[in-house]
Amino acid sequence: MSLNAATLDRDEPFYGHKACAGCGGSLAVRIALKVLGERAVAVLPAGCMSAVGFNFPQLCFGCNAIISTFAGTASMLTGIAAGLRAQGITDFQAVGFAGDGGTADIGIQALSGAIDRNDDILYICYDNEAYMNTGIQKSSLTPFGARTTTTPAGKNVRGNLRPKKNMFEIVAAHGIPYAATASIGYLPDFMRKVEHASKIRGTKYIHVIAPCPTGWGIPTDETVSIAKEVVDCGLWVLAEYENGNFTLSYRPKEFSDVRSYLKKQSRFSHLRDGDVETIIRSRDAKWEAIRKNFTNRQEVLS
Amino acid sequence: MKPYLRAHVPTALSEIPDATAYEAGYLVTKNAGWRSVRPVIDTARCVGCLQCYLYCPDGVIFPKDGKVAVDYDFCKGCGICSKICRPGAIGMEAEK
Repeated sequence: MSLNAATLDRDEPFYGHKACAGCGGSLAVRIALKVLGERAVAVLPAGCMSAVGFNFPQLCFGCNAIISTFAGTASMLTGIAAGLRAQGITDFQAVGFAGDGGTADIGIQALSGAIDRNDDILYICYDNEAYMNTGIQKSSLTPFGARTTTTPAGKNVRGNLRPKKNMFEIVAAHGIPYAATASIGYLPDFMRKVEHASKIRGTKYIHVIAPCPTGWGIPTDETVSIAKEVVDCGLWVLAEYENGNFTLSYRPKEFSDVRSYLKKQSRFSHLRDGDVETIIRSRDAKWEAIRKNFTNRQEVLS
Repeated sequence: MKPYLRAHVPTALSEIPDATAYEAGYLVTKNAGWRSVRPVIDTARCVGCLQCYLYCPDGVIFPKDGKVAVDYDFCKGCGICSKICRPGAIGMEAEK
């Protein structure tokens, strides 16, 4: 039976945290831990989720949880898995929750090393597309055109000049047992991927897009709808990589309007028509490659 | 297990643990004061689809008697539940 709101474990393992109202990252952590259950051991590097979960003397996790160094999420997961195994404990799931900066910039070598060793860990990257915890600085997963405090929008330069790093395919290129992308706007799909990953031995990577109302400049009640829209307009792709094959989890019948998606967010409010055209062109090029290289999975998302 | 508020908030030095955190699920403060609006469930219109429970970032909406209820101690009033509710059973009311 597939996981949905009715069949999901009613326990709340991530509760009372201090994340901003409408935080997408905390929703990703909450749902993943509900799927994994209380035998999960969570590792959180410096970033929003460690800042909001561990406010001394509070500990907002119902399962074991620990803060790692910024660069060392994957290596601490390796250590935890090895340590528990050495004690004869086997019914656990070592899971890491790192942000986009902690994954694609600072933690990438530790992650790459863990995949190379094929350690039995689950690495979840909650991607809010900038260093939100420290006040919205650009990371390598910030999309083209986004305004951050380190890529301001001015007369000549309009926000971030560089495209978003393709972390999913970088991870897949290691030949990892399982990698997937997801969105907090489509939680049943995310839950299925977390559950599937938890049953695979070896390194697993899930990249979930998790909008940040503060950094994206959206009302707090639009976090989920914007996370749906980024998928519907084709700028984020729901896919899986397993046994050397890329599979598309969801193909929008027709893309929704990219301009409408961008204009809802103040981080893109400065973009001109030409910039939007650039974004649409890069989306179309990406989907052209997907049509060639990805197979389809027939799935109904709700 | 679900983290819960402790009756006793440690303040004396002798009560502080050597570790960097207390045990799992140790809460000492509520989040209710963050809110300027609160979700109010119209149970007559609620169909018990549980989408608000699923999509709440704070997990403060829980199933109850085939419908849902809100833990106002920890709700931050983001409004995601109200927006995702198809039957329109969740209204946001100003905090007084």
